Amino acid sequence: MAEEKEMVSIYIMGKQYRVPYGVTIMKAMEYAGYRFIRGCGCRGGFCGACGTVYRKPGDFRLKVGLACQTVVEDGMHLTQIPFYPANKATYNLEELTPTLATLLRHYPEMTRCLGCNSCTRICPQELQVMDYMAAAQRGDIAKAAHMSFDCLMCGLCASRCPAEIVQYNVALLARRLYGRHVAPRAEHLARRVEEIKAGKFDAEIERLMKMDRLELQKLYDARDIEP
Amino acid sequence: MYTPEMLESIKIVEQTRPRRLKETFPRLTPEEKDRLLRSFHPDHMPDAQRPVRVGPNKGDKMPHEHVGLLESRSMLDPDAFSLDRVDYDVDVLVIGGGGAGTSAALMAQEAGASVLLATKLRHGDANTMMAQGGIQAADKENDSPAIHYLDVMGGGGFSNIPELVAALVLDAPLCIQWLESLGCMFSKFPDGTMNTIHGGGTSRKRMHFAHDYTGAEIMRTLRDEARNRGIPVLEFSPAVELLTDEHGQCAGAVLFNLETQQYLVVRARTVIIATGGCGRLHIGGFPTTNHYGATADGLVMAYRAGAKLIFLEATQFHPTGVAFPEQILGQLVTEKVRGLGAQLVNAEGEQFVYPLETRDAVSSAIIRECRERGKGITTPSGRQGVWLDSPMIDIIHGKGTIERELPAMVRQYRRFNIDMTQQPILVYPTLHYQNGGILINERAETGVPNLYVAGEASGGVHGRNRLMGNSLLDIIVFGRRAGTNAAARAKTVQLGRLTLDHVRRFHEELAREGLLGQRTAPILLPDYRGRIV
Ligand SMILES: Cc1cc2nc3c(=O)[nH]c(=O)nc-3n(C[C@H](O)[C@H](O)[C@H](O)COP(=O)(O)OP(=O)(O)OC[C@H]3O[C@@H](n4cnc5c(N)ncnc54)[C@H](O)[C@@H]3O)c2cc1C
Ligand code: FES
Repeated sequence: MAEEKEMVSIYIMGKQYRVPYGVTIMKAMEYAGYRFIRGCGCRGGFCGACGTVYRKPGDFRLKVGLACQTVVEDGMHLTQIPFYPANKATYNLEELTPTLATLLRHYPEMTRCLGCNSCTRICPQELQVMDYMAAAQRGDIAKAAHMSFDCLMCGLCASRCPAEIVQYNVALLARRLYGRHVAPRAEHLARRVEEIKAGKFDAEIERLMKMDRLELQKLYDARDIEP
Repeated sequence: MYTPEMLESIKIVEQTRPRRLKETFPRLTPEEKDRLLRSFHPDHMPDAQRPVRVGPNKGDKMPHEHVGLLESRSMLDPDAFSLDRVDYDVDVLVIGGGGAGTSAALMAQEAGASVLLATKLRHGDANTMMAQGGIQAADKENDSPAIHYLDVMGGGGFSNIPELVAALVLDAPLCIQWLESLGCMFSKFPDGTMNTIHGGGTSRKRMHFAHDYTGAEIMRTLRDEARNRGIPVLEFSPAVELLTDEHGQCAGAVLFNLETQQYLVVRARTVIIATGGCGRLHIGGFPTTNHYGATADGLVMAYRAGAKLIFLEATQFHPTGVAFPEQILGQLVTEKVRGLGAQLVNAEGEQFVYPLETRDAVSSAIIRECRERGKGITTPSGRQGVWLDSPMIDIIHGKGTIERELPAMVRQYRRFNIDMTQQPILVYPTLHYQNGGILINERAETGVPNLYVAGEASGGVHGRNRLMGNSLLDIIVFGRRAGTNAAARAKTVQLGRLTLDHVRRFHEELAREGLLGQRTAPILLPDYRGRIV
C-alpha cells in the first residue's frame, strides 16, 4: 500500500545525496548515511541541538531551521551548526536583583542592538526576539521572561546577530530572575513544606505503608476525586 | 498536509461530531479492561519477551530488546584494557546529564564533594527536556502526601515499593520549592498560587506545569545553575562500563569520547547512574517519544556490576503518538488534548473507547481498533492510526483554547501544514517510558556498594505503571537524594585497586551459557543509517 516514494537531491556540505521526498533534514541525513553525534538531541523540536543553515536553489538567501522540524526540498544546500561559541555569564542568582542594571552588568553587549530584526526573522519558534530584547533593555524583566518562554536555546539568533548579542542567554537570565525574584512565592507550598518538616504526615504515611494490597485497593477505590 | 483519502475520512469525522459532542463513551469494566490488555497490550503479545539467561535477574522475562543487550559482551576487553592511567579522580561521578543527573550533581557539590558529570550528548539533551505535561506534588489545601501516595500505588497496580513511594510523595513539595527558589517559572496565579490541574490517575489537581514546556523549563534552570556553580561536565563522553575494586565495590567508570574515539578512566568514590530510559531500543518495533540517547546504557552497565533490575517486563506505551505526518512519527501528543475533551474516533467517525482510561487501556483499544476491527486510517507509508478529534476542544471551551493551552503542539503541526484547531490529528501508540529499571532503595542505593541510581534508569517507585507527572518528580526527588547520599558516603569510602573483574566474570558466565558472541553493549546511539526512522 506504501506509495512509490519520490526522491529529491540535497547537498550536505556540498555533497549530493538522493533522499526521499518529504522527510525532515535530520532523517534525510541519516538516510544518506550519517550517524549523528552532534546536531541531534531530542528529535522533537525541544532541545535546539539541530540548528541548520540552508539555501534553496535560485535563491541567494540563507535560511535556518531545526533539522528535526524542517522538510528537505529538491536542490537544497545545507550544513548544520552543531555548536556556537556563545558568551554566557555566570552568577549567583540568589544575590541578584531583578533590574536592568543586573542584566547590563552580565551582558553589557545588550545595548549594541542595531534593531535589524534578524533574530526575530530567524527564530524557528517564531518568537519576537528583538521585542523581548527591547523589553530587557527597558528593564522589563517580566515581559522579557514571558515573551521568551518558548525559547529552545538553539542559538540561531546569536549566530545571525551583527551586534554579537546572545539573546537566548539574556532571556534565560531574565526568566530566572523573574521566577526567583519577581513572581510571588507560592504560600501554600511553603506551608506544606513546613508541615512535612514537622512530621505532620508521617504517621499516616506509615500506616499506608503497612497496609496490604487489598486494604489499599479498598481505600483507593473509595477515594473521592476532585471535580 | 493530509492526503485526499485522509481528507475524505475527516469529512466523516466532522459529520459525526455534533452527535458525539453530546455522547460519553462508557468506561470499561474491570473485566473488560483486563481482557483488552491481555489481548492487545504490546507487553502481552506472544513472542514479545523471553527470559534473560545470565546475571542477577537470570530467568526473568523481559522484552527481547532488553534481553539482547543484557546478554551482550562489553565494548572493553577486560584482559587487555589498561586502567593504569587515571584521567579523572573525583568523589562523585554522575553519569547522565538529564534532570536526575543534574539534580544529583548540584546536591553532591553542595555537600562538599568534588563532582564530575559525564553525559552522552550535550548537557540537557535528554528526555527531561521533552516533558510537556507537568510535575506532581501534594501542596494544596485539599491534598496531602497520603492522598498522593494512594494515587501512585493505585496507578502502579499496588506493585510499587512502599518506601520509595513514601520518599516520592513526602519530598515532592520540597522539590517544587527547590525548583521555585532556583527561578523555575511555574504557571502561577497573580498571588503566587500554583496553577495545578489533573493528570491521568490523580484524585486531586496536583499537576504543576510551566505552560507546555515543563521539562524544558526545569532542565534549562538546573543546567544553568550547574554552569553557574562551575560543575565540570564532559559532553559527548558516555560511560561504557563501570569499574569495580577487588572488593566488588563500584569505583568509577570508563568513558568513551565519541568525537575523538578515546577512552577515559574515571576513578570515583561513588557513582550515580542517571542515564534515563530506553525508547530508542524500539521495543516491539514501536516508534518512540524519547530523545536520541535513550538506549538503556545504565541498565547494561549496572547489571554487569551485579545490580538487580525490576519491572522491565512492563513498558509504557503512550496511546497518542503521532501517526501522521511521517516527519514527526511517534512523537508525543500530550494527554492534555484528551483532558480538554478531544475524543478518539475510528475511520467510521465513531468513538471506541472512553478517552481518559489509563494509558495502557487506551493504547490497547487503539491497537484493537486498527488491527482486529480494521477501522484504522491508513497513512501513505502504510501505517495505521485513529483520529484524535482536536477541534472539539475549541467547540467545548471556546475559540482560542487550543492555541492558548497547547502552543507547542499547534506549532508542531503547523510546521507540516496541519491546523489542529480545524482538523483532527492522526495518532497511534508510541513507546514512551521505562516503568522499571535498576532496583534502588529510598537512599537511591543499589545492591552494589557505592553505586547509586536516580531517575528513569531506576525501578521500583512507579511499580508496573507510572502516572504522568510522577516521573519529573521522581528525577528531582531521587536525583537530590542520590547526590546528597553519594557525597556523604564518598567521605568514608576506601577504594582498592581499579579493575574490570566484574566484566571478566560476566563474560565467563556468557561463555558458559554459550552466549558470548560479537554483539556489544551498551549501544550508546541508535543506528538509523540508510533508513527513515
Ligand atoms: C516526550 C516526553 C514527554 C514526557 N512528559 C512527561 C510529563 O509531562 N511529566 C512527567 O512527569 N514525565 C514526563 N516524561 C517522562 C520524563 O520526562 C522522563 O522520565 C524524565 O525526564 C527522565 O529523566 P532522567 O534524568 O532520568 O533521564 P533523561 O532526562 O533522559 O537524562 C538522561 C541523560 O543521560 C544521558 N545518557 C544516556 N546514556 C548515557 C551514558 N552511557 N553515559 C552518559 N550519559 C548517558 C542521556 O543522553 C541523557 O542526557 C516525558 C517523557 C518524554 C520523552
Ligand atoms: S533535535 Fe532537539 S530540536 Fe531538533
